[in-house]
Amino acid sequence: MNGLMQFISDNLQIIYILILAVFVGVEVIKNIPAVLHTPLMSGANALSGVVVIGAILVMLQSDPDDYFALTLGFIGVVLGIINVVGGFAVTGRMLQMFKKKN
Amino acid sequence: MSISLSIIYLIATIAFILGLKKLGHPATAKNGNLIAASGMAIAIAATIFIHDLQIPISIYILIGLALLTGSAIGGWMAVKVKMTKMPELVSLFNGFGGASAALIGLVEFSKNVGDKMQATTIVSGIIIGAITFSGSLIAWGKLNGSIKSVVTIPRYNTINNIFILAIIAFAVFTVSNGASDQAIIFGLLGAGLVYGILFVLPIGGADMPVVISLLNSLTGIAAAITGILYSNMVMLVGGILVGSAGIILTIAMCKGMNRTLGAVIFGAFGGTDSTAGTDKRLGSIKKTNPSDAAIMMNYANSVIIVPGYGLAVAQAQHVIHELEELLTEKGVDVKYAIHPVAGRMPGHMNVLLAESNVDYSLLVEMEDINSHFKNTDVVLVVGANDVVNPAAHNDPSSPIYGMPILDAENAKHIIVNKRTMNAGYAGIENELFYNSKTVMLFGDAKDALTSLVSELKNM
Repeated sequence: MNGLMQFISDNLQIIYILILAVFVGVEVIKNIPAVLHTPLMSGANALSGVVVIGAILVMLQSDPDDYFALTLGFIGVVLGIINVVGGFAVTGRMLQMFKKKN
Repeated sequence: MSISLSIIYLIATIAFILGLKKLGHPATAKNGNLIAASGMAIAIAATIFIHDLQIPISIYILIGLALLTGSAIGGWMAVKVKMTKMPELVSLFNGFGGASAALIGLVEFSKNVGDKMQATTIVSGIIIGAITFSGSLIAWGKLNGSIKSVVTIPRYNTINNIFILAIIAFAVFTVSNGASDQAIIFGLLGAGLVYGILFVLPIGGADMPVVISLLNSLTGIAAAITGILYSNMVMLVGGILVGSAGIILTIAMCKGMNRTLGAVIFGAFGGTDSTAGTDKRLGSIKKTNPSDAAIMMNYANSVIIVPGYGLAVAQAQHVIHELEELLTEKGVDVKYAIHPVAGRMPGHMNVLLAESNVDYSLLVEMEDINSHFKNTDVVLVVGANDVVNPAAHNDPSSPIYGMPILDAENAKHIIVNKRTMNAGYAGIENELFYNSKTVMLFGDAKDALTSLVSELKNM
């Protein structure tokens, strides 16, 4: 129990942000028309590629001769940035097609 | 962390929220995507350049190389992909994000031995990342048809659930004992990968959109966990946004199919157990030909087109748009009725029709169009099946019973274009085809619609 209290007080800021972010996410997405579900899913998917920042940090923080970290970090950056660039590009491509004609 | 980096991360976070918000409205969606992408670009650039570490130039070159390679591959895939293959692509990209999270965890584990908070985030990042990676690859394989089997061994779900509980128990044990052995972490990675496969493999065709959305949400959570590890706010908030957005979308989809999330995950649906009710005699069907079908539509006041995935498979989106324009010219009121799960993911049909320049205001959602069917002269069902199956209303033994459908059966006349009498994606017979108001126009959607168009032109 003490451990849990300690954990909460150590990470209070993160816990606040976590909870608020959940609500923001739900509120932002709620009531979106079905027309946009596919682009939205693909756009959100691109956003989850934000994990690439972690992979970049792995590479920045590893020793130049730590081949294990550098190799995994490298693959992580490649895969993460594929998710980001590919995701945003394909979302843009889809949205480009939504036109209203007069 | 330097204050300038924090400020840039803050701006990026705001860009994510704003971008996601704008993505939700047809008029602003394009801007939304750009805003979110710009946020991501500045966050990535700032991560690389703003820090007080002494980084040898060789590492910068490596990072640059990785970014260029990945951007080229991702960009190329995004440009090349056919719109019908969109669900596969989203699934694949999602798997890559998950893999990235798992790899980060592998590296960080050895650096953070002894710190339980860090170990918890690392271990959960690895497991969730691994599950999303292998799960997404299986979903990708199932969607593009390279993995066909629907595995249903007895007690499959029980075995699966015990397996994931065992993984969690082992993870908790690892963290609480402060284990530092690399072999353990590779074991957890492997277990996560295996679970991802087992998790998605038994889930059948019709439920795949739900799975993709769920996996998408999980990748967001993996990213957020990695954000906690680095106390990196932009990763934390970005990941959580995706996580909660994914859950909302998943629930919206489940509602569209009248399925609970639990039933999707724990009850293998679609394909095997859905033959119930097929043995009963449904009467006979009536065939028609393009010329008769064209006459019916030509003299109708109102036509509703119900497009399904079969339309896209036959690459008939452009012909159907031509048909719609032709009928509109002749004074017929034409609309499209879009089921929330038409296509292979929610909203997929809208994308496919938008690709062939259909005005999106003609695409009417299910709730808005259902009451109009009874005043409609002709409904043209092209390549759709389960979404117009009346069994959803009146056959409690049907696996799709309770699913909201398009009430095409209420129209005065129904024309159904199908290649053969084979059952639909969920493998269920459709009594609409045997309705006395229904005529069947057999043939490939593109060929059939092309003949319809040329018949109409001659009238």
